[in-house]
Amino acid sequence: MESVLGRYRNLIILVGVLFLQVLGLAMQVKRMGNEAQDTRLIRIWAVGSITPFERGLVWMQTGTRNIWHNYFYLRGVRAENRDLKAQIEQMRLEQVRLSEDAAQARRLQSLLAFKEQFVAKTVAAQVIGSSGSDFSRIIYIDKGENSGIKRDMAVITPDGVVGKVALVYSSAAQVLLINDQTSGVGVIMADSRLDGWLGGTANGEVVMNDVMSDEDVPVGAKVLTSGGDQIFPKGLPVGTVAKVMKGKDLFLNIKIKPTADLSKLEEVLVVVEKQEKQATADDKARVRAADILAQRLPSVPDRPTADAASVGIKPEGTAKPAFTTSLPPAKTPPATTSRLAEKNATNSTSAATATAPRKTGDDTSATPKQNSPAASVTTKPSVIPAKPSTAQPKPSTLPTIQPGSQPAADDNSPH
Amino acid sequence: MTTALTSVQITYTSGEQVEVYRFSIPVTIGIPLLALFVQAFLPLRFPWFARYVDLPLLVTIFFAMARRSPVAGLFTGAIIGLAQDMLGHNPIGIYGIAKTVVGYGASSLGVKLDVENAGARFLVTLGFYLVHSAVYFTVARGLVSMTQSWNWLHGILAGLVNAAIGVMLYFVLDKFKQRT
Repeated sequence: MESVLGRYRNLIILVGVLFLQVLGLAMQVKRMGNEAQDTRLIRIWAVGSITPFERGLVWMQTGTRNIWHNYFYLRGVRAENRDLKAQIEQMRLEQVRLSEDAAQARRLQSLLAFKEQFVAKTVAAQVIGSSGSDFSRIIYIDKGENSGIKRDMAVITPDGVVGKVALVYSSAAQVLLINDQTSGVGVIMADSRLDGWLGGTANGEVVMNDVMSDEDVPVGAKVLTSGGDQIFPKGLPVGTVAKVMKGKDLFLNIKIKPTADLSKLEEVLVVVEKQEKQATADDKARVRAADILAQRLPSVPDRPTADAASVGIKPEGTAKPAFTTSLPPAKTPPATTSRLAEKNATNSTSAATATAPRKTGDDTSATPKQNSPAASVTTKPSVIPAKPSTAQPKPSTLPTIQPGSQPAADDNSPH
Repeated sequence: MTTALTSVQITYTSGEQVEVYRFSIPVTIGIPLLALFVQAFLPLRFPWFARYVDLPLLVTIFFAMARRSPVAGLFTGAIIGLAQDMLGHNPIGIYGIAKTVVGYGASSLGVKLDVENAGARFLVTLGFYLVHSAVYFTVARGLVSMTQSWNWLHGILAGLVNAAIGVMLYFVLDKFKQRT
């Protein structure tokens, strides 16, 4: 017996070591889903011994690069500055157009009591390492629990989605990339609004799943996060459709090219705080050129409070007229008008102030009938958010008609 | 006394004509750690690196062949493999099992063959890369149910790349060998 054990000693040890590892694997597979947490303590050893070196090397690399870029590589900065200024001008023009679209979208969302998630706070982190394996597509970042990083937080770049935090250590965190085969992101097509989920393949490709084969998916279509996974806020860019093929069963095989370059990540943002709030039509932000001009023009002086009360201004809580003729808040000293101005600040379609003397006695024009269509509009300020127009007597009572919306049938409007 | 503290007797002769080497403790610990570090760091700058090169495997093969002890080889492979598993997010043990088999095989082969010349090293590394890939593929698919696809072209190409890098690396690591 002893001779047999001695003869096959090496083989027996090999089988024993393999058996132990298979046993360990089986235990992890049995607890699949939470295996990362179960083995966290073991992984700390490896991560703790590797990441300090990686952090040091990245620090040296960044330092050297900064010295080069900030002190030596300043050739062509003026030309670049000129180009950037021109670019800013173009972007400003674009911003004006987009802000109008956004304002309209907010109004529509507020109508639907739509709750959306915003990225409230992010933490910038530097990528310091990877798994070093093609079978495990993860990266390590230099921020961990000490910086408020928690598991399942979204990791993004300005270009798009990168992945989510899988494991957190005290001063480092492991991020599972979206091209790993165990990852999943809820996505939606920007134009067609087709939804599905995004996952990685064994080859490191990114595919969109669960889109029926009878759907038309054009190559180049943009893909955004849908927010359905409760990890990534809705509307973040994910990628573009690179290839569409017939997949298994009734679904399409859609290959996605991620907008973020997952193979060359240097800095990422971890979304540490999301804010969920209902969209509101914030018309304070909307300032038209005509309004600014009107404020600069000579205006009619204020009237005392008593006069304001006599023209039929109703206190808060009562039905309010649809359109305002208010002057800038600085010119509304009386208590009643200041209260109304305050109201105006929160509700742009609130009551008319009595600061315009030409409206005195014109009760009907200032306070429309309760049951008139205009009155119903005033109770829902987000429907037609009228903008105050101060200098013009008649146009001030006209609604600002938004694209796509019907003008209010105001009995009192001077048509 | 100093020598006994700074070096460790890792292997014992099992053949009459082959030489058995040992390594100092700093080299025994430092080289695998350095290999893991480079393997984890370089893919950030060169994404192809993780796809084609497996430095911890090359270090496993080198130590196993130099020590010529199957037990030492399999333990070297198991420890390096498990450490590599810890850096990823997959269950711990897949690389461990694959590198245990490679460590055992390389040291067993080292006992019987002269693996000191470049040609033999090239072929041995190519062969063990394929063995490693096959074991990893089997364990990942069979035990962990990971979706894996076997690609012969990629396997051979990566094997050739590893073998070429391995031959150069082994010549550098030869400097750390200590005769028993």
